[in-house]
Amino acid sequence: MKNLIDYILHLADTTLILAQRNAEWCGHGPVLEQDIAITNISLDLLGQSRNFYQYAALLIGGDCDENKLAYLRKEREFKNLLLAEQPNGDWAQTILRQYLFSQFQYLLFQQLQKNKDEQVVAIVTKALKEITYHVRWSSEWVIRLGDGTEESRERMIKAIDELWRYTGEMFVAAKYEKEIGIDFYLLKEEWNKKIKSIFEEATLSIPENVFMQIGGKEGTHTEHLGYILTELQYMQRAYPNSEW
Amino acid sequence: MVNIMETEVLDKNMLYTYLEEIKDPEVPVLSIIDLGIVRDVKLNADELEVVITPTYTGCPAMDMIAATIKIELATLGFRKVKVTTILSPAWTTDWMTEEGKRKLKQYGIAPPNPKQHICSGDLFSEETIQCPQCNSYHTHRISEFGSTACKSLYQCDDCKEPFDYFKCH
Repeated sequence: MKNLIDYILHLADTTLILAQRNAEWCGHGPVLEQDIAITNISLDLLGQSRNFYQYAALLIGGDCDENKLAYLRKEREFKNLLLAEQPNGDWAQTILRQYLFSQFQYLLFQQLQKNKDEQVVAIVTKALKEITYHVRWSSEWVIRLGDGTEESRERMIKAIDELWRYTGEMFVAAKYEKEIGIDFYLLKEEWNKKIKSIFEEATLSIPENVFMQIGGKEGTHTEHLGYILTELQYMQRAYPNSEW
Repeated sequence: MVNIMETEVLDKNMLYTYLEEIKDPEVPVLSIIDLGIVRDVKLNADELEVVITPTYTGCPAMDMIAATIKIELATLGFRKVKVTTILSPAWTTDWMTEEGKRKLKQYGIAPPNPKQHICSGDLFSEETIQCPQCNSYHTHRISEFGSTACKSLYQCDDCKEPFDYFKCH
């Protein structure tokens, strides 16, 4: 049970942190339509994280609830992917982070649809419908920027250079992931294939021999997470038990 | 006030008629029945249970809908009402009633296409959406995401009106 709870928290944390990052764009998007798009994606991710937190709280039992899990856990307790906590950077970096993650999430959730836990299956089946739109939107943007102007292309290459090192972690099983029944080998192979085809379309290349930074899933984060949580958890820390 | 819970026969259809009065706060022409989010109405020992399913996981209207169901049924005399949210089977726009689709169009929002021929992750696969204003099929997508999670933004090439499309899901 501990492993299942940790795994669900990992899914919840990753979607929460990426939702928080994307929400930073609210009111700052390059054009109104895309500002709305990225914040819509943020909302979908937040909804998914709430479903996971609610389920984790149910399994933990007692007086645990989704708010306690999101607002009162410390940095080292968060199990999100390092990719999710990376700064927004420019639009290219935000787009690439979304695409690398959405493509991964799409394939992972397809595997989780066959999981033995019914509630996990229900949550991921629901989420997959939304993720389909995220994959489509973000991959179209990767192509538009990669195969766009000289400047957009340069920004995309810089974003790949910045973020690629955080992708390896997605395919390395954390301790609690070993019994979940995920075929990481297959996941990696499918993900690589998809990324390759979109990158080719975008005239971008996949970097080789990159040192992969891992640790997020086990609670060792880049310095960025602390700042995110400071903002995210401020109200509950300053005014404990406050409600809207 | 009449306490309907105490009457001998509880007509499910009648309950659905009551629920028909509750509208989606973000698309006020649609009732929660039109939307297809009411999955069941159950009469438990001493309470009435309404089972709903969210459209989108992050849809902020869901909490409000649940609260409205309780308030509306309370004013009708149902003292104990429980609203349960289930995720499975996942909501699909195919559950939207024909009446709901008609109302949407009248309201200026293009109703969702049937699910079978789209909803894929294929790139650049644009659906053909009919303009709710002039019925032209010469329309193009402005943005995949619109004013709420359930809609995307289109524009008509004939009458030039921009419009929301309730995307298939």
